[in-house]
Amino acid sequence: MRSAVEIADARADKPGHQIYAGRARAIIERASIALRSSTWVPIATGFIEPVLYLLAFGYGMGALIGDISTSAGAVDYTVFIAPGLLATSAMNGAIYDSTWNVFFKLNESKLYQGMLATPLGPLDVALGEIIWALFRGLSYSIAFMLITAPLGLVPSWSALLAIPAAVLIAFGFASFGMAITSYFKTYQQMGLINIVLLPMFLFSGSLYPISVYPDWLEFTIKLLPTWHGIELIRDIWFGVIDFSSFSHLSYFLVMIVLGLFFTTRRLRDLFMR
Amino acid sequence: MNSGVSVENIRRNGALYVAESRIRQMSKWKGIITVVAVGNPLFYLVAIGIGIGILVTENSGTSGTGGVEYIVFIAPALLANTALLGAMDETVFPVMEGFKWRKMFYAINSTPITGPQIALGVFLAALVRVAFSVFVYWILLVAFGVLSLQDSWISVFVAMYGGAAFGALMMGIVAGVKKDDYFLTVLGRLVITPLFLFSGTFFPLTNMPIYLQPIGWISPLWHTTELGRYFGYGQELSGTMLTIHFLFLTAMLIVGIKISNIRFTNRLLK
Amino acid sequence: MSESLISARGLTKKFGDFTAVDGIDFDVAKGESFGLLGPNGAGKSTTMRIIAATSRRTSGTISILGRDPEEHGPQVRAHLGVVPQQDNLDTELTVTENLYIYGRYFGLSKKFVNKKVEELLAFAQLEEKKDVKVEALSGGMKRRLTIARALVSEPDILMLDEPTTGLDPQARHILWDRLFRLKEDGVTLIITTHFMDEAEQLCDRLVVMDKGKIMAEGSPAELIKKYATREVLEVRFGSDRNKEVAPILREMCERIEELPDRILLYVEDGELLLEAIAAKKLHPNTSLVRRSSLEDVFLRLTGRSLIE
Repeated sequence: MRSAVEIADARADKPGHQIYAGRARAIIERASIALRSSTWVPIATGFIEPVLYLLAFGYGMGALIGDISTSAGAVDYTVFIAPGLLATSAMNGAIYDSTWNVFFKLNESKLYQGMLATPLGPLDVALGEIIWALFRGLSYSIAFMLITAPLGLVPSWSALLAIPAAVLIAFGFASFGMAITSYFKTYQQMGLINIVLLPMFLFSGSLYPISVYPDWLEFTIKLLPTWHGIELIRDIWFGVIDFSSFSHLSYFLVMIVLGLFFTTRRLRDLFMR
Repeated sequence: MNSGVSVENIRRNGALYVAESRIRQMSKWKGIITVVAVGNPLFYLVAIGIGIGILVTENSGTSGTGGVEYIVFIAPALLANTALLGAMDETVFPVMEGFKWRKMFYAINSTPITGPQIALGVFLAALVRVAFSVFVYWILLVAFGVLSLQDSWISVFVAMYGGAAFGALMMGIVAGVKKDDYFLTVLGRLVITPLFLFSGTFFPLTNMPIYLQPIGWISPLWHTTELGRYFGYGQELSGTMLTIHFLFLTAMLIVGIKISNIRFTNRLLK
Repeated sequence: MSESLISARGLTKKFGDFTAVDGIDFDVAKGESFGLLGPNGAGKSTTMRIIAATSRRTSGTISILGRDPEEHGPQVRAHLGVVPQQDNLDTELTVTENLYIYGRYFGLSKKFVNKKVEELLAFAQLEEKKDVKVEALSGGMKRRLTIARALVSEPDILMLDEPTTGLDPQARHILWDRLFRLKEDGVTLIITTHFMDEAEQLCDRLVVMDKGKIMAEGSPAELIKKYATREVLEVRFGSDRNKEVAPILREMCERIEELPDRILLYVEDGELLLEAIAAKKLHPNTSLVRRSSLEDVFLRLTGRSLIE
């Protein structure tokens, strides 16, 4: 039986031992215990939102819009928005978990303060919280698939790959969300997050192709992570994998690395002043 | 014996005092409130009104939207939505805060101000916020040439009326919430989003399969929107429907205020 | 003095222009109960956070079990149990779960932690509440749980920041009793407090801090002996007359402190002085003879009260 001191001493020479104790799993374990005793309602209702959008826009707008031409040919409007909504829900879920939930733990319950008084480092906390958020994102993505497949909106088996892609996208957003949240001190400030995110979602082509925009706007939107996320899922959904798909993928890989770096630094600055 | 505190005055104007303190609270966040009031519907207007509007026009012209441009069609709906969301913000959060998070309603109640007066005060303050948001947004719609100044001004009051009705009802509901663990999440996901999507906001309600249409029928947003389209750009509306929409909102307003009064009184007594 | 667990020299911490800790020196020996006494804002909590490796010093040196917390933060924290000023228990979890998961943060095995949890529940007298969510606990219970939680890793040093602030007298006494037991078991305690009775009860040795500096150091008895007399006579003549009689009283005692509402007279025998005052026909409205306390020490050192 090793003592706390022996465990910590064993890592004393490892690079980065100050910020990472190699125990993100302890944070995940905590989240899974909290899940057991928490109410299932907010979690269970999480996947409903994209389905509602799908129903409303699919049925309601479909009649007004008709077919949309894509790289995979003309498709029914409902089929067109399905992958966009999957991407959107993955991003939204990750953002919710990494902003509002984190805000509460930072400011109200001081949970991270308690964690960082142990040998855990900021990277343990960041990784653990983010990975947990991804479990949730994963389950939402699977639920979305289970609902859309019987409706005939999933064109092929390979579209299943959209699930891991959605998790990757969620990772990118969650890794940044936590760092950004650490700057906010009041609920009213948190309201600003929504007002920044809303246009990113509305303009990024989840509901219609961005080719309708003037060139300068189209170019701006192509810089946003929301557009890359939607396009990546859409490429996979319709089985049109090409160079641009890989550029979307790399965009998120870079975003994850930068986000983790940023979040770790913020946590260290906040709690190790 | 006069300490300068007039119980008479408080009895008469208590609600106004509460409203004043709420408005002071709000004005601390006027920057953010303005950004949200303008930004939110503006993004929808541009992204959906113009973006989807292009697709709609290409595909079916104006036949699906009663003969008007798509952006004109959704403008009154967004105006109504602004009113309803503003009303919700300024009733749900203050009431949660007053009863549960910071419990200041109990402190206010230890003065001669009564429960119904607190409710009325919160409600009046919410109306101020609603009026502000609706007005600012309407000006914007007029400036963009979406609605016409002289033909659409009544729709401003229609939107406010819808906001008042919804705000009153939300206040009554929230006053009874004891456990807030997931109330707000569920409210957002199971009430607000469906109402937004299924109230004929972005397309005529009749485009929906018949089994989804009842969501719109009970939605204050649909009733407000339909009135807004009639008063905003003259969409056809029968006298019967006009009456029904008004009566529905009026009933919601009265029921909301009644429930609020009862619940505020009972909860503060405990 | 036995080998020191903690040793600080010239320890300084600045936040911008503000100097929270101003070049302090201290040592803490193994098994000792060491106190930092001072008013709010004296720099106690900052000092605690530097020891706990959650704050970086501006200058000076500090070593905890021979290690620099800035280079070996996780290793230093593995030796410590931290009880912060404000409870930061995990409100989503039950009492047992709080203890369990905290042990897991240290990397301890499930088997070890589960056994330890049972022991700590008994120690904190929370067995009946073990499956209750922490929100439902009273203030005293929450504090005991926070202390139990800090003990889950069997730390060498337990750090308590204002452990009984905000608790009612009964809850305080229960808590003190638990802390005595830890002391008996040889755990080194570091306690900050602005309550003199707490410092007298719990600390073997303490430093009096004010404005980031250490004003004095010693055991409670030593400090009282050095900076105060054996007894204090507190007299009130009413706010108007206090000023008038002060010069007369000054001649009759070793030291006098005039406070806004009363006068403190420092002497070896309070009763004797009271008789002498009565003999001069100066009749105070109220009078009280008591033992000198750390409050008096602090007043002497800083000219201010501990609790303002």
